[in-house]
Amino acid sequence: MSIKILKYIFIELVRSRFIIFYGIFLFVLSSAVIYIGHDPSKAVVTMLNLVLFIIPLVSLIFGTIHFYNSGEFIELLLTQPVDRRSVFTAEYLGIAFSLSLAFAAGTGIPLVFFGFTFPVFLLIITGVVLTFIFVSLAFLSSVMNNDKVKGIGLSVMIWLFMSVIFDGIIFIILFVFSDYPLEKFILIFTSLNPVDLSRILILLQLNISALMGFTGALFRDYFGSTAGMVTAAILLICWMIIPGILSMKIFSKKNF
Amino acid sequence: MKNLFIISAVFILFLKCGFLFGKEITVCSECGIKTIKEALDISQDGDRIIIKSGYYREHDLKAEKSVEIIGESFPVIDIDSQGNGFILTKENSSVSGLIIKNMSASYVKDLAAIKIENTSKCKVLNNQLLNTFFSIYLANSRECVISGNTITGNAVTETSSGNGIHLWKCRDIIIENNRVSGQRDGIYLEFVISSLIRNNLSEHNLRYGLHFMYSDSNAYRNNTFISNGAGVAVMYSHYIEMTENHFYHNWGAASYGLLLKDITRSRIYKNLISENTTGIYMESCDKIIITENEFSGNGWALKIMGNCSDNILSKNNFSENTFDIASNSSRNKNFYSENYWDKYDGYDLNKDGTGDIPYRPVSLYSMMLEKIPDSIILLRSFIVDLIDITEKAMPVFIPETLADENPRMHKYQYDKN
Repeated sequence: MSIKILKYIFIELVRSRFIIFYGIFLFVLSSAVIYIGHDPSKAVVTMLNLVLFIIPLVSLIFGTIHFYNSGEFIELLLTQPVDRRSVFTAEYLGIAFSLSLAFAAGTGIPLVFFGFTFPVFLLIITGVVLTFIFVSLAFLSSVMNNDKVKGIGLSVMIWLFMSVIFDGIIFIILFVFSDYPLEKFILIFTSLNPVDLSRILILLQLNISALMGFTGALFRDYFGSTAGMVTAAILLICWMIIPGILSMKIFSKKNF
Repeated sequence: MKNLFIISAVFILFLKCGFLFGKEITVCSECGIKTIKEALDISQDGDRIIIKSGYYREHDLKAEKSVEIIGESFPVIDIDSQGNGFILTKENSSVSGLIIKNMSASYVKDLAAIKIENTSKCKVLNNQLLNTFFSIYLANSRECVISGNTITGNAVTETSSGNGIHLWKCRDIIIENNRVSGQRDGIYLEFVISSLIRNNLSEHNLRYGLHFMYSDSNAYRNNTFISNGAGVAVMYSHYIEMTENHFYHNWGAASYGLLLKDITRSRIYKNLISENTTGIYMESCDKIIITENEFSGNGWALKIMGNCSDNILSKNNFSENTFDIASNSSRNKNFYSENYWDKYDGYDLNKDGTGDIPYRPVSLYSMMLEKIPDSIILLRSFIVDLIDITEKAMPVFIPETLADENPRMHKYQYDKN
């Protein structure tokens, strides 16, 4: 049943104007970056900035708005003999898949044509993972608030926190405790933010990582090892699953 | 015309006489003289020793007379881990056209394939040195020429390897057209004055491609330094001219294209400095003129420490560097003018090719990095862009005077050979 609903939502979304616009926007952007940059490594760095900025924002805002807009449709579905979990899963996967598809096609096609390297592959994978993470955060903020405005507000706050405030906190910690050996602490702390974690994982694959000196070497040693790779994967999956499960629980008990 | 004829006739006569003074000694497996040692023992001043192509297992060959040692079609001298190769101690000696190989490392002696000590006017030409410890070693000598040698080492650690071309307390030396790779330092100079280093290629050495210590009034031109462990280091020297060199891909956590420490009154002119972690690193340097250089694709194009003063940077191209200039000081005592900066976003209303508002090459983030190196972890993050944009709009922390008042709108087109 879940798959049937998923299929319907997915097809409806992929045909929606927003997703098509999002895909074309990314396509034009990455083609422009490649056209100006000429160097695949540099194109990846520039795209990285855009991906880390745009994906969380779009996933959160679009996820939240879509959830509120399809409120009536969800209510209608729930009057049928369908499990709430399967409705929720279908909604979640429908949005996450369609956004990922738009991203992978929009960014992936120009980059892959230009030269398929490991950093490019990692960039696309990271983008998809970030989409899943932030759609699940969007759903969490939607189910927590009945008021649409509050929900969108919370989503914007989440985005602001992950993209700007968290890094600001890191900066403050580095400044205040600059007399202490902070490398290990910073390694753990930055890994907690999916945006920072993806940024560092990709930077480590590029030439630019030589600039990162001692701290970079520490990160490379850790994330280069199997244990580090597994930890990074687990952390990212946690960010995907925990808000997802939480919001599913709230959704299951929610009064419409 | 008649005069010229007479002069050249006399000159040729002199040359002939010169040859007549010395005799030729030929060494080969079928000749009367089978070893180089034997040939050196019977030689007199002015002799030429011709070594025919073959395989000679010899070591510690001391030439105490002034002899020319010439290899014909590259005879192989296998030192077989036994000590030094040739040791020249008399003026006007030369070694050319040989293949010298297989030395072992020594932690006590400075073993060298070709050692020149306490003498002058010696020549080391067109040799191939394979797997040697120190390859060409000059001590307390003057007016020597080291040219056309190929040195290929397989250094693994800094302590168990020697330098390619090593000069200690020398003057008026010319080092040209050599290729050095896989040594500790490619070319090393200590207490060397008025020497010229040109057209050399130094690559894949463990430490520095070229290393200067306490060596004043030297020039190096047209050399290429690629992928050395830490690039090129010039330390504690004055009056150095660095022209038309290529510093390329010295890329690693502690690598520099060119490291300058305690250098004064020098000139860095028309060099191509590309893809190094740090293009030029300057510490306590005074009165250096850096002009018409090309800085491209470096992590930091130029790191200039607070103890540098009165250096002039003008007419350079800065493009595609992650950071243009970094400094650990909020005061600026150097001069920047008429450079091209690809990050410059000013305008040029009167179209004279010079931007109307000054360019500040130090970003706030790069200053923060100098104070807190760990904040590199935020490289390429959104907050860093925010900080830099805010600071650019209202400069508070970055050095007020560290600015190029006349930034160029277009890249200089320099001849890049």
